[in-house]
Amino acid sequence: MEIIVCVKRVPATDSKVKIAADGRGLDPAGVEFLMNPYDEYAMEQAIQLREKAGAGTITVVSLGGADAQKELRQCLAMGADKAVLLDDGGKPNDGCSTARIVAAWLKTVPHELVLCGRQAVDNDEGQFPSRLATLLGFACATEVVALTLDGKVFRAERDIEGGREVVACPLPAVISCNKGLNEPRSPSLKGIMAAKKKPLDTVAATAVEPALEFVSLMLPPEKPPGRIVGSVQELVAALRNEAKVI
Amino acid sequence: MSQFKAADFYQIDDLFTEEERMIRDTIRDWVDDKFMPIIEEHNRSATFPRHLVPQLGELGVLGASLHGHGCAGLSPVAYGLILQELERGDSGLRSFVSVQGSLCMFPIHAYGTEEQKQKWLPGMAAGKLIGCFGLTEADFGSNPSGMLTRMEDKGDHYLLNGSKYWITNGCIADLAIVAAKEDGEVKMIVVEKGTPGYSTNTIKNKFSLRASVTSELIFQDCKVPKRNVLPGAIGIKGPLSCLNQARFGIAFGTVGSAMAVYDEALRYSQNRIMFDRPIARFQLVQNKLVWMVNEITKGQLLAWRLGRLKEMGKLHHSHVSLAKRNNCWMALECCRLARDVLGANGITDEYQTMRHMCNLESVITYEGTHDIHALIVGREITGESAVT
Ligand SMILES: Cc1cc2nc3c(=O)[nH]c(=O)nc-3n(C[C@H](O)[C@H](O)[C@H](O)COP(=O)(O)OP(=O)(O)OC[C@H]3O[C@@H](n4cnc5c(N)ncnc54)[C@H](O)[C@@H]3O)c2cc1C
Repeated sequence: MEIIVCVKRVPATDSKVKIAADGRGLDPAGVEFLMNPYDEYAMEQAIQLREKAGAGTITVVSLGGADAQKELRQCLAMGADKAVLLDDGGKPNDGCSTARIVAAWLKTVPHELVLCGRQAVDNDEGQFPSRLATLLGFACATEVVALTLDGKVFRAERDIEGGREVVACPLPAVISCNKGLNEPRSPSLKGIMAAKKKPLDTVAATAVEPALEFVSLMLPPEKPPGRIVGSVQELVAALRNEAKVI
Repeated sequence: MSQFKAADFYQIDDLFTEEERMIRDTIRDWVDDKFMPIIEEHNRSATFPRHLVPQLGELGVLGASLHGHGCAGLSPVAYGLILQELERGDSGLRSFVSVQGSLCMFPIHAYGTEEQKQKWLPGMAAGKLIGCFGLTEADFGSNPSGMLTRMEDKGDHYLLNGSKYWITNGCIADLAIVAAKEDGEVKMIVVEKGTPGYSTNTIKNKFSLRASVTSELIFQDCKVPKRNVLPGAIGIKGPLSCLNQARFGIAFGTVGSAMAVYDEALRYSQNRIMFDRPIARFQLVQNKLVWMVNEITKGQLLAWRLGRLKEMGKLHHSHVSLAKRNNCWMALECCRLARDVLGANGITDEYQTMRHMCNLESVITYEGTHDIHALIVGREITGESAVT
C-alpha cells in the first residue's frame, strides 16, 4: 500500500514570536521550529498501519523551504521510506493553495491513503485535508481518533459533541488525524542513522495563484498587570463592578 | 516545572550536524518525559530507576559509539551529546550509561574474542544484561596499578582473589569486568553473576549519586572459566583505555548538569521578587548568571572540539583529561552559584541544583580526580611525571 503523509514545519507553540518588518508574517529569527504536532499523529499512524499490514511504502511530503528538510528527516528517522520537499522557498501559503500544490504533485506519484494532521498550529486554518480530498475526488474523514484498515477499506472513529462516530469507506481517502489517535514515537538512534541513507528529494512546487492574500498580522494586546486585592469583599466588588463577570 | 531550555549563547548548535542535533533532541525529550518526573523520588529513596534500562537499550543509547553487535555506531560528538542530555537529568543516569558502554562494552569490543562479543554485546546493547567495571580497590584509587586483586592460572580456570570498592552498578550487574594481576601483570576478566566465590555489597548512605548503585565486589577463591579473560587487554593500559572513553563522555555530560542548574537559576531569578523587583535585576545576581553562561559556553566548545579531534583520530588522552577536569569543575561551580541564587529554596529537592551539586562531587573524583588530571596534562606539557 502507498501511504502519503503530509507534514508542515511550524513555530513551536511556546515560542515568543515577533511580527516581521512587513507586518504580514512572523520574524523567524530566534523562533524554534518543529513538526506540526498533529502531523506527528499522522506519521505514527502510517507506521502502525504499515506494521500491521506487513508491507507498504510511506512517503512523507512537505511544502516549504529548504529548512523543512529537518522535519522530513525526522519522519525518515521515525520510519518513513522516502521524503519529498515541495520547494517554494518557504513562503506563506493558505490552505487552499497548499492543497492545489500537493494535489498537483500527487498526480506524479502512486498513492492510496493520504494522512495529515487536523490542522497546522501556525495558521490554524484546517482547510487543507478536505480541500485536498475534494481536488483528488477522494473520501475524507477529518479529526479521526482511531483508524484501522481492513484490506482496502478504512474504518475511522471521530469524536463528536457528546459521542463518537464511526465511518468506513474503501480507499482512496484523505484522513486528518487528531490528538488521541496514537502516541507518536521518538525516532530511535538507529532510525536516525538509517534516515541518512533514505532518499530525500527536492521538487519545485507547482506555481499557483494564492487563494488568499495575507494582509496583516498582529499580536494580541498585552495583558494589563494583575492586582492583588485585600479581601474577599473587595474581590467580589471588583468582579461585579469592574470585570462585570458576576 | 516548565520545559528545560538549554543554554546556547554562542550558537554552538550550528557546529553540530543535523543528525547530531536530532539525536540530542530525541534524548532530551526522553529525559523530559520519562526521567524528570521520577528522579527526585529515586534520589530520595536512593534507588536506581532500573525499569528504564530496557528503554535505554531500545533507544540505542547503550554502547552507542560502538559498531556492530547491535550497537548504534554513532559519531563521538553524537555520543557525547547523548551523555550531555542524560546528565542534564542526573549524573547517576549518565554514570549508568558510561559504565555500561565505555567501561564494559568497550573493552569486550576492543579486547574480546568474537565469541565473547557475540555472547555479551547484543544483550548489553539491548539493556538485557547490565555490566560493572571493577578497577578501584579500597586502598588503590588514584594509583590503580598497585591493586592487590590476583588471578591465578589453575589449568582449566582462573582463581580470583581480592576485592573492588566504589563499583558503579556492582550489585545489579549480570557481569563484572574485573582488573586483576596475573604474575604482576594487569589483565581483564569477565566474572558472571552467580559464579561461586563472587559476592557484592551495597555501599549505603551516600550523599552523592544516590540514584546510582555503588558497590563492593568480593572474590574469594572465585573460579572463573579461562574463556572469560579478555585476551587483548594486557597491562594497566587496558583499563586505562576504558577510562579514557568514559572521561570523554563526562566532558560532555557535565555540560548537561551545568545547563540544568543554569536554566533553573535563570528562571528563578526572573520570577523571584525581592526589594520589589526580580532579583535578576540586581547586578550581583547577573554577575553570577553571566559567570555560569560564560563557563558553560567555554565548556561546550571544549567538549565539541574534543569530539571532533576524536572523530579525526587526533585525540590524545591528555586532551580528554583537560576537558574532563575543566568541565567537572565548571559544572560544580555553576551548581554553587545557582544554589546561591535560589536562596533558601535551593536547599530543598523541590529544586534540582543541590542534587546536581552533590552528584558532581563524585564526578569530579571518579574517573581520575581533578588533581590527577592536572598531573596528566602537566606531564604532557612539561615532559615531567609527578608520580613516577
Ligand atoms: C560514586 C562513585 C562511583 C565510582 N565508580 C567506580 C567504578 O565503577 N569502577 C571503579 O573502578 N571505580 C569507581 N569509583 C572509584 C573512583 O574512580 C576513585 O574514587 C577515584 O579514582 C579516586 O580514588 P580514591 O577515592 O581512592 O582517592 P585517592 O586516590 O585516595 O585520592 C584522595 C585525594 O588525594 C589526591 N591525590 C592522590 N594521589 C595524588 C598525587 N599523586 N598527587 C596529588 N594528589 C593526589 C586526589 O586528587 C584526591 O584529592 C567510583 C567512585 C565514586 C565516588
